[in-house]
Amino acid sequence: MAFSRFAYAPAPESRSAVNIRPSYGLFIAGEWASPLDGGHFKTESPSSQEVLAEVSSAGPEDVDRAVRAARRAYEETWAPMPGKERAKYIFRVARLIQERSRELAVLESLDNGKPIKESRDVDVPLAAAHFFYHAGWADKLAYAGLGPDPRPIGVVGQVIPWNFPLLMAAWKLAPALATGNTCVLKPAETTPLSALVLAEIFEQADLPPGVVNIVTGDGGTGATLVAHPGIDKVAFTGSTEVGKHILGALAGTGKRITLELGGKAANIVFDDAPLSQAVEGIVNGIFFNQGHVCCAGSRLLVQEPVAEGVVEALKRRLATLRLGDPLDKNTDIGAINSPQQLEKIRELAAAGEAEGAERWSPACQIPERGYWFPPTVFTGVAPGQRIAREEIFGPVLSVLTFRTPEEAIEKANNTTYGLSAGVWTDKGSRALQVASRLKAGVVWANTFNRFDPASPFGGYRESGFGREGGRQGLSQYLKGALDG
Amino acid sequence: MAEGRLGVRKTYKLYIGGAFPRSESGRSYEVKGAGGEFLANVALGSRKDLRDAVVAARKAQPAWAKATAYLRGQVLYRAAEMMEGRRGQLALAVAAAEGVGSGDAASGVDTAVDRMVWYAGWSDKLAQVAGGTNPVAGPYFNFSIPEPTGVVGILAPESSSLVGLVSVLAPVIVSGNAAVVVASEARPTPAVELAEVLATSDLPGGVVNILTGRTAELAPVLAAHRDVEALDLAGAPEALEVDLEVAAAGNVKRVLRRRKPEPDWAAQPGPERMLHFLETKTVWHPMGL
Amino acid sequence: MLAHPGTGPGGPRVRLGHPRLSAEPRLAAVTSSVKLAGLAELAERTEEGHAGGLCPAPADLFELTRPEASLRRLLHGLPGVDQVGAEGRAASLATRSIKAASKLWAIDTAISMLDLTTLEGADTPAKVTSLCGKARRPDPSDPSVPAVAAVCIYPDLVPAAKVALAGSPVKTAAVATAFPSGRASLAVKLADVADAVSAGAEEVDMVIDRGAFLSGHYAKVLDEVQAVREASRQACLKVILETGELSTYDNVRRASWLAMIGGADFIKTSTGKVSPASTLPVALVMLEAARDFTEATGRAVGVKVAGGIRTTKDAIKYLVVVNEVAGEEWLDPSRFRIGASGLLNDLLMQRSKQRTGVYAGSEDWSIE
Repeated sequence: MAFSRFAYAPAPESRSAVNIRPSYGLFIAGEWASPLDGGHFKTESPSSQEVLAEVSSAGPEDVDRAVRAARRAYEETWAPMPGKERAKYIFRVARLIQERSRELAVLESLDNGKPIKESRDVDVPLAAAHFFYHAGWADKLAYAGLGPDPRPIGVVGQVIPWNFPLLMAAWKLAPALATGNTCVLKPAETTPLSALVLAEIFEQADLPPGVVNIVTGDGGTGATLVAHPGIDKVAFTGSTEVGKHILGALAGTGKRITLELGGKAANIVFDDAPLSQAVEGIVNGIFFNQGHVCCAGSRLLVQEPVAEGVVEALKRRLATLRLGDPLDKNTDIGAINSPQQLEKIRELAAAGEAEGAERWSPACQIPERGYWFPPTVFTGVAPGQRIAREEIFGPVLSVLTFRTPEEAIEKANNTTYGLSAGVWTDKGSRALQVASRLKAGVVWANTFNRFDPASPFGGYRESGFGREGGRQGLSQYLKGALDG
Repeated sequence: MAEGRLGVRKTYKLYIGGAFPRSESGRSYEVKGAGGEFLANVALGSRKDLRDAVVAARKAQPAWAKATAYLRGQVLYRAAEMMEGRRGQLALAVAAAEGVGSGDAASGVDTAVDRMVWYAGWSDKLAQVAGGTNPVAGPYFNFSIPEPTGVVGILAPESSSLVGLVSVLAPVIVSGNAAVVVASEARPTPAVELAEVLATSDLPGGVVNILTGRTAELAPVLAAHRDVEALDLAGAPEALEVDLEVAAAGNVKRVLRRRKPEPDWAAQPGPERMLHFLETKTVWHPMGL
Repeated sequence: MLAHPGTGPGGPRVRLGHPRLSAEPRLAAVTSSVKLAGLAELAERTEEGHAGGLCPAPADLFELTRPEASLRRLLHGLPGVDQVGAEGRAASLATRSIKAASKLWAIDTAISMLDLTTLEGADTPAKVTSLCGKARRPDPSDPSVPAVAAVCIYPDLVPAAKVALAGSPVKTAAVATAFPSGRASLAVKLADVADAVSAGAEEVDMVIDRGAFLSGHYAKVLDEVQAVREASRQACLKVILETGELSTYDNVRRASWLAMIGGADFIKTSTGKVSPASTLPVALVMLEAARDFTEATGRAVGVKVAGGIRTTKDAIKYLVVVNEVAGEEWLDPSRFRIGASGLLNDLLMQRSKQRTGVYAGSEDWSIE
């Protein structure tokens, strides 16, 4: 290692900040309930394979109870409540998240495997910010430009992924609550814990029973939830494959749907880019959260005159990344969330090699226990190869080159996805023009992976539809003129 | 209160640049309650105090405007939290100043707290509502963003000593303006209480400055001051209104006129007061490869 | 980094068309392994006499051969620095935490990198003598504390420092060239330098002409650096950019390259007389420049940060940036210096805390 004399401490965040219960029930109608027809499963830490807690799995009857509770709360409490009172509940939630931020960050890193510096500096503060931002909207909906008398849709079924468990819960719940809907949330099977602490926070906030119900479980629970006839709207974040399945399953039901699905984002570096910062942006784009990011910049498109230098600088930078204990404040790369995901990453990386791309990883020590994958760069990637087309959802970067802006735009758009993209150039005119021609829901210019509750997020094409954040995000939870 | 214990009275001071000075003039004036009883001797702000307040506001305004909208929202919400924590004290001040019953005073304080929360929520939405992109006919990226006007002078409503004050102050500062407020002349004590709340919230010193004194003495100086960009005449004495507008014309101040009859300050406002103290900036940028 | 395709170490050499530049052997050796597109492009244009991508008209071609234009092209061919990104990176490095054992090492390293400084109009030989005592033995009660790297003073006090530092490894550094403004004729600046060097200064801290730099007269800046380089003879030359006056990181990077091409042994952030003085992102940009220049030319250049670094925590943040951006080779007084005065006592205080576990009192160390 390069730090022989000047070693960073293992600086583990203390686990004592978290008090994980041995087992968790379902959070239905403001109470912790044992599953009626479900079961239990264990959630483990992907970095140590240690079992963290036993969690309930909601069966169809449990889901039904949750939907009924949400319906009752919708009709009797939440929808009739004046916006400014709803706002105050949501402000409370924002503040409680801020107050319990350390606990939530440690818990998130334990359950998900992400580095504590990310859960501490990104996931948890952004989750609080989402509640704060949307709290303000609750009594200002008439000013959102979404019609003179905006009304909620009803009961919303929300299914979220494991890559940002708390943040995705916030993205889903905050706008739904602000607009007067009630929710049944299904956290991901491998990362249920932070949503359950969020349920405790709802209790502390005195949120009326049934306004938010949390049903843990696997994909089956999620499928039951989205298909439940008592649900008026489905919001799903996850794979494109499951998203298509949901669309098919809900055909003809009239339910409103928003989908935030996969991506294969191009990160385009022009030869006049601020290159040191571009290298940081490439690193942040693909190695943030171990690449478990639907908008990850997994395809680096770099202009030929600077390609060699950028790759060289990138490799030098990657050699300084620190992989290991997610609770260590100096860790840059944490654990892969599950053995299934690790297997998928390995399979695609192997395919990259088999198809002739050149594979490179920095020297780095892989811990003995847990699920890990080193930061990996493929150079000499051809646009037709699997690693250039399929979402890997891991710390694997495919490097392609281009000669002209036209070629860059064409290659960037040559995908069935369209969630995000990056542009690096010192020329503002070019950044704006390239951004306008990219088929992607979010385009970052000279930065990457920035999120804000005021900024709409969501995809083009098979990356889904609907937006989260901003005024546009609110509209997804309001009844429109086109609704029957 | 325990029998025979003599209360410790508060000295009511000015609020300038985050500090609580007495008037540089050393003057004060007697404030009476609604029943004519002695309430307090309140600082009688001078022209020089007003000048100092404008200097403090000018100094604080750029950093306040540059702070993220999210942060400004948090700070205003924090101020609401602090107001809630001092509800009792604020209610006593309002009851004494306005001569209303304790129940009315308390509900007035609740309204004032909720008003602060309402404006806090606007901080990061204002640009989304008041700004936008403009589809100009050409290869240009064109967008308009609202920016704060700068230093805003406020003549606070005369009768509604707390709800009225919060209703004119919060919309000015939430967008990044700094304020120099002349409190209600006859009912100034709730304003001083509010200043003490603001001083213990996270609001940077100088963003809000509150002067007590004679409106007729201070208002013309404020209206003519060339380092003040806008003026809210909510509490302007009728006899002075025209003169104040004339003085304000000297540097083309954005004047928000007094509404007649006086609005019900407790009623839910719209975004108009915020919008009045904003400038729209439009940016053109070419788009090309 | 940032290779131009088809060039590498041992590729075509750049001649900048600047008489002084090509006369100075180590400068002519700025090979295209500098790997900056602008530099390599310049090489093609100036050596082969034809245009690269932009096809300049004949008049422009003539311009290109003029030194000012060459320099301009080189400096403006350096990749830009995005302010938000650079500051974000520096802020993220500042969150690293250091192992307790490494902290002691870092404190001692920081002490050994110190240019203990006094630059007041009220300085006297007596004040300098007492500072030199502190420089030699920062903690008289603990001989394991290393000496600092140098004492940094005005030229007229060099004789006093030489006497006080005799027999110690601590170097005498003099600020020269009409420090801190640099507003004097070249002749006066050179006389200032000659004065310092002949009095025995082993290190010279010069200032660049910021006015000339900001008005684009890069050749004038370069000429002065080179002239001072010559006048400094064997002394270690630190070139102060006064980044607080340069306004942008792009300018910081350009001035860094200009100073290194001119022969700087160190590039230094600030005089300490202008605010802002050194900041982490400025240090980051300068360390990148020093690293790239060193890699390109084989001549190692160091970085000195100065002004506003008062606490051990600050100093360690800088060391983290040095370590991650330039690499471990720069964690040495020959490649990294910290100009400060009050910092030393804080380092001693933290050192004692690390060793004894007890927080020290503010009067436990001498104030010079």
